[in-house]
Amino acid sequence: MQLVLEKRAERSNTIALISPLIAIGLTIATMSILFAILGKNPLLALHAYFIAPLTDGYSLQEIAVKATPLVMIAIGLSLCYLANAWNIGAEGQFLIGAVAGSWIAVKTQGTDAGAWVLPAMLVLAAAAGALYALIPAICKVKFGASEILTSLMLVYVADLFLDYLVRGPWRDPQGFNFPTTAEFDPVATVPLLIEGGRLHLGSIIALLVVAAAAILLGRTIKGFEIRVVGAAPRAARFGGFNANQLIILTFAVSGALAGLAGIIEVAGPVGHLQPGISPGYGFTAIIVAFLGRLNPLGILIAGLFLALTFIGGEQAQIAMKIPLDVTKVFQGILLFYVLACDSLILYRFRLVFPNRQVARGAG
Amino acid sequence: MRKTILAAVAGLLLAGSVGAASAADKLKVGFIYLGPIGDLGWTYQHEQGRLALVKELGDKIETTYLENVPEGPDSERAIEQLVRAGNKLIFTTSFGYMDPTLKVAKKYPNVHFEHATGYKRAPNMSTYSAKWYQGRYIQGQIAAKMSKSGVLGYIGSFPIPEVVSGINATMLGAQAVNPNIKVKIIWVNTWFDPGKEADAAKALLDQGADIIMQHTDSPAAMQIASERGKLAFGQDSEMIKFGPTAQLTSILDTWGPYYIERVKAELAGTWKSEDSWGGLDSHMFAMAPYTNMPDDVKKAAEETQAAITAGTLHPFKCPMVAQDGKEVECKGGKTLDPGQILGMNFYVKGIDDKIPGK
Repeated sequence: MQLVLEKRAERSNTIALISPLIAIGLTIATMSILFAILGKNPLLALHAYFIAPLTDGYSLQEIAVKATPLVMIAIGLSLCYLANAWNIGAEGQFLIGAVAGSWIAVKTQGTDAGAWVLPAMLVLAAAAGALYALIPAICKVKFGASEILTSLMLVYVADLFLDYLVRGPWRDPQGFNFPTTAEFDPVATVPLLIEGGRLHLGSIIALLVVAAAAILLGRTIKGFEIRVVGAAPRAARFGGFNANQLIILTFAVSGALAGLAGIIEVAGPVGHLQPGISPGYGFTAIIVAFLGRLNPLGILIAGLFLALTFIGGEQAQIAMKIPLDVTKVFQGILLFYVLACDSLILYRFRLVFPNRQVARGAG
Repeated sequence: MRKTILAAVAGLLLAGSVGAASAADKLKVGFIYLGPIGDLGWTYQHEQGRLALVKELGDKIETTYLENVPEGPDSERAIEQLVRAGNKLIFTTSFGYMDPTLKVAKKYPNVHFEHATGYKRAPNMSTYSAKWYQGRYIQGQIAAKMSKSGVLGYIGSFPIPEVVSGINATMLGAQAVNPNIKVKIIWVNTWFDPGKEADAAKALLDQGADIIMQHTDSPAAMQIASERGKLAFGQDSEMIKFGPTAQLTSILDTWGPYYIERVKAELAGTWKSEDSWGGLDSHMFAMAPYTNMPDDVKKAAEETQAAITAGTLHPFKCPMVAQDGKEVECKGGKTLDPGQILGMNFYVKGIDDKIPGK
């Protein structure tokens, strides 16, 4: 007897709907066992992870703050991936956007420059992110260079460039040599939505980005082109769609969104430019994009969900004294099950009895 | 099935309420750690301090820690999470938590904060640190006596004043023995990254250094020195088991007594915002046993330690000459004043290097 994975004739929509639920169920089951082994009450632990953060305004804000950059970047990436363009370097575009926007903040520091500062920072950051993303896109289109490699390698260039700036020319003179710029002026800071809270305007921008992407993909010819080029390149060619042009376009859009997310993070929750402004948002967003099935609404949910596991993980550390490593195991197991269950959309399990078949053949 | 679920929910609620009741009686004390508690260096020593605290006052307090908290926007949230979980006294144990701690402290005036190694204070935010430069001076003296090549290798984390003053103290101690001593410095731009620390140690040894000193948190450099048959100083904690024939001594952070003292003050209602900056005399740190050196070197080290403890020897005594050959202004009478040491941003004469970005 053998268990084989067999391709379905067509994708199963039922499984597509319930597979995240199966994944969450399996995760909860596995983690309950792990918590029990650790001597923690599984119900309490799961409560700390999933329920407690959803029950007070403060945690909800924190989830939104954490999800904001993830969702914005992932939306851009999903456009690339739908069009079969593999931008892996959103982290670099995020950093370059943060640097470009910070340039205005640093140069206008203490000059009382006026209300144009923040909008200018946002625009410049988006433009810089787009330009930075165009480097791998153009290399791909003109020279056939793998965009996966070039976009990834440019992450490290951006990282070191930021590092150089905050250690050298932009370093806060009053900062005791710590590698950071001075705190941005109020006019260079993303406004808070709730006084005394941390929720900021960036979360609204992220929602607008989600809505715009949904309209683009669902209602416009361009969106249709993106999907066709990705799903059926030959058909797209016959239809007269230019795949190269789409690579350039989707890279530019995703770079712009990553750059925008970068400056919003720096001018928002961080308040100054420093190394380590991103705990890998650009890479985590790749997971968010796929967890959300490259669908704008799905990405919004996936981004919030990943943020929830992060905040919940912290609360579990505090409330249950569960070590950080367990939180990481938890996230890993969750992703593992989600991806595993997703394969059931296109494949199914079948039991095969090779011996009996052989016997029948002989008979 | 339904009964089991009901029982489980009841259990959940009960457990929750019981937890709340016992927690209300105890003072909640929180800690934010930079590295993992198993880094065997900086964070490990803070964790040892917390454990000492629990041992001493465990019946009156409940402690919580968050480890591996990066020095960015996440740290502000982590600190606030501890506040919201009911912690009334919170220790944030790395320089980079300074601004986030201050932000949260302003938001919650009824919670007390203690920030390690920083310089910003508030009515509800204290700072605490140790005069590790005293230990560095002793290490410099030992290094100069033990080095055959006359070149010391120094692994720096960030060029902040604490680290710069450590390099200067080391050199002053070493120059007192050998005026021609050289030091090579590599900045790894991290507090904890065993891979980078090991690479830096290898590079320094390849450049002719035969003694490794570090201002980073893992024992990786000690292991490299040990493998190559060279000598090294541990950092923050006892690292002799990573270099039984390599470790000369180590500066041991001993936070336990301070944590106990501050929590006792909090329990008694006498906690005040202050700046604690203790040295060898107040036991904020200690020196690990002097090992792998001849008796005369050991004796000299012990004498220097005794002199510093007694206050008869000050590593930053005047006159002090900076790298550019100019004499440093002597604001503290016979020594530099605390502000000059805490804000130190120059190298002393004899260091052929420059502070990054300066």
